[in-house]
Amino acid sequence: MSNEKRAQGAFFQRDRNWHAPAYTPTYKTSVLRSPQKALLSLDNSISEMTGPVFGHNQIGELDNDLILNFSQNGELPVGERIIVHGRVMDERGLPVKGALLELWQANAGGRYRHKKETYLAPLDPNFGGCGRTITDDNGDYHFRTIKPGPYPWPNGVNDWRPAHIHFSVFGDGFAQRLITQMYFEGDPLIWKCPIVQTIPSEEAVRQLIAPLDMGNTIPMDSLAYKFDIVLRGRRSTMFDNRREGN
Amino acid sequence: MTQSLNYFKETPSQTAGPYVHIGCTPNFSGLNGVFSEDLGVKILNDQAEGTRITVRGVVYDGKGAPIKDALVEIWQADAKGLFNSPSEIRGAADPNFSGWGRCPGEMESGEFVFETIKPGVVPFKDGRPMAPHITFWIVARGINIGLHTRMYFPEEIDANAADPILSRIDHKSRVPTLIATQNGSEYRFDIHLQGDNETVFFDI
Repeated sequence: MSNEKRAQGAFFQRDRNWHAPAYTPTYKTSVLRSPQKALLSLDNSISEMTGPVFGHNQIGELDNDLILNFSQNGELPVGERIIVHGRVMDERGLPVKGALLELWQANAGGRYRHKKETYLAPLDPNFGGCGRTITDDNGDYHFRTIKPGPYPWPNGVNDWRPAHIHFSVFGDGFAQRLITQMYFEGDPLIWKCPIVQTIPSEEAVRQLIAPLDMGNTIPMDSLAYKFDIVLRGRRSTMFDNRREGN
Repeated sequence: MTQSLNYFKETPSQTAGPYVHIGCTPNFSGLNGVFSEDLGVKILNDQAEGTRITVRGVVYDGKGAPIKDALVEIWQADAKGLFNSPSEIRGAADPNFSGWGRCPGEMESGEFVFETIKPGVVPFKDGRPMAPHITFWIVARGINIGLHTRMYFPEEIDANAADPILSRIDHKSRVPTLIATQNGSEYRFDIHLQGDNETVFFDI
């Protein structure tokens, strides 16, 4: 008997004491956008154990290169050139292959390219701020981009987001769907941010901080940061055919 | 002493923020020229089997105001009750139907719209049929971790009554929050994050 078969069972239960609760009043918008009633717990059915997959044919050649994918007439964006790379794995340490990762971020000055953004820092004509890629057979991915700047936001009178990159991740099942934010090693704003502080433990926050990775910098070209992403683990299907309630 | 389980912890969720569209639907947000098409806009093509339906709704906050910066995703079976996923082991799903859709709320009204098909019946873990349903996942500024819920169909009265998930809801008065309203081939499914009419959300 081979152990090669991919696990098909339910996902490990989410540890909701590790994640942020819904109601976190120092992040003000959560006050009216948090459910007040308990969630209905549900061992995964096939509706949650399955999920969409995306093919390389849906992804363009420069989609993971934010330095080039919005450049106009060959001009380059301004800012710190960095590589962001890492591995997507599950809680058992198994690689998540073929996972779609999407990322978005502000430019070097903290300005987003979005209709509703009004921060006075200027747009960079050569920087869009979105990228996407699909993990390889080891679960590895990489992007090239400009390190985003911090930006102020209307929460407290003087709240500033740390430099961050948003990540949206698909795994093998819709129950693994995750959106999170990556922060940069050593940024003093991390520990002052009300959105970071929605996460209960310092240990969990540290999981969102990408270390500088000198081993993967390109000399005379780009620094590198490593950001590994862990999705929910998965039970094997063995002994899984119990009647409900047994 | 015991061995260590050696499991990693899941990466903690963070809010998608107000500019989720830049990454997930850039063309919608006015950021054109990077991706040729926003993913999830088209769920099916002309050859897809099944009854065409339109699903629309609005996500409301705890004061009853429409949320104008939410991103809504759906995941559902095809007309025969099969999922277009490598994790589907019961058979091959309709290749003309992806089963996955993504729609941002319209920036003035907050309304999301999906052109899809009515899903078939899929079994629960113990083999009992689940009533036809569409899984919803909602993220937005102010939501720290994506919210899962389901939309059921109002005309499926008997199937809904026997549904193993709907039957788990202790307060029967909350069941209607998961059932759409119908007008011909159009279904309306409004989502209330908080308050008297709060939608049932799942920990799945």
